[in-house]
Amino acid sequence: MDLKLDHRTEDRLTIVEVEGEIDVYTAPRLRELLIDLVNKGNFHLLVNMEKVDFLDSTGLGVLVGGLKRVRAHDGSLELVCTQERILKIFRITGLTKVFGIYASVDEAKEAHGRDK
Amino acid sequence: MATVELTFSALPAHVRTARLVATAIARRTGVAEALLDEVRLAVGEACSRAVEAHRVHCPGEPIRIELRDDSGRFEVTVTDLAPNDDLKPALNGFRPPEAMFGIVPELPGLGIAVITGLADDVEVSPGPTGVRIRMSWPAATANGVPAH
Repeated sequence: MDLKLDHRTEDRLTIVEVEGEIDVYTAPRLRELLIDLVNKGNFHLLVNMEKVDFLDSTGLGVLVGGLKRVRAHDGSLELVCTQERILKIFRITGLTKVFGIYASVDEAKEAHGRDK
Repeated sequence: MATVELTFSALPAHVRTARLVATAIARRTGVAEALLDEVRLAVGEACSRAVEAHRVHCPGEPIRIELRDDSGRFEVTVTDLAPNDDLKPALNGFRPPEAMFGIVPELPGLGIAVITGLADDVEVSPGPTGVRIRMSWPAATANGVPAH
């Protein structure tokens, strides 16, 4: 399955919807989107990975790169993910300590107090 | 004893094909369904690393993957023909996450770290002519007969 990307902004939070496989072939598209969002002043990103079928270390690198960029602007990049097979790769690499990972978009928004 | 060999040019699009082939053969060999995601990810990581290395050093050379059942184990070997500078961080111990921020986006060594976290049997062999990554998982039955 190819990679489908979409995004919307709610209040100051930009929600990036990702669907499909994030690997060495498709990850550059996600990287370009994250860079473009940051360049346009979106510094609080929430990447919804609930429809991601596959994620490898290339995809992790893109997410870490995005995190680095938003942090340079005192921003945030957090994730929505409940799939065990995706969470496993975050655990193996220790990245669960780096990213805020939420069970749903609403939970993430609530954590930020942005749904008020 | 069945062996499947596959060679592919160093294009990122082919990594998905290699993943699909490896997963299909792992299933046929009798690897438990619960392990197939690990096989898919580990093979993808090994092939991605090889593709990236070939694209830098020898884009015209093919990457080789061998898949076999061997005494009740499903074994995958990915062989490339490129230098192996990216292996040093992984072989010397993976860096803590905080240290990654200086080397984004490539994160050298992360793929190997993922492989070693997924396969219970991994052998990374850097050599003068490239790198060989061999990994294996238990199959449900010996002699390559799929479990039914």
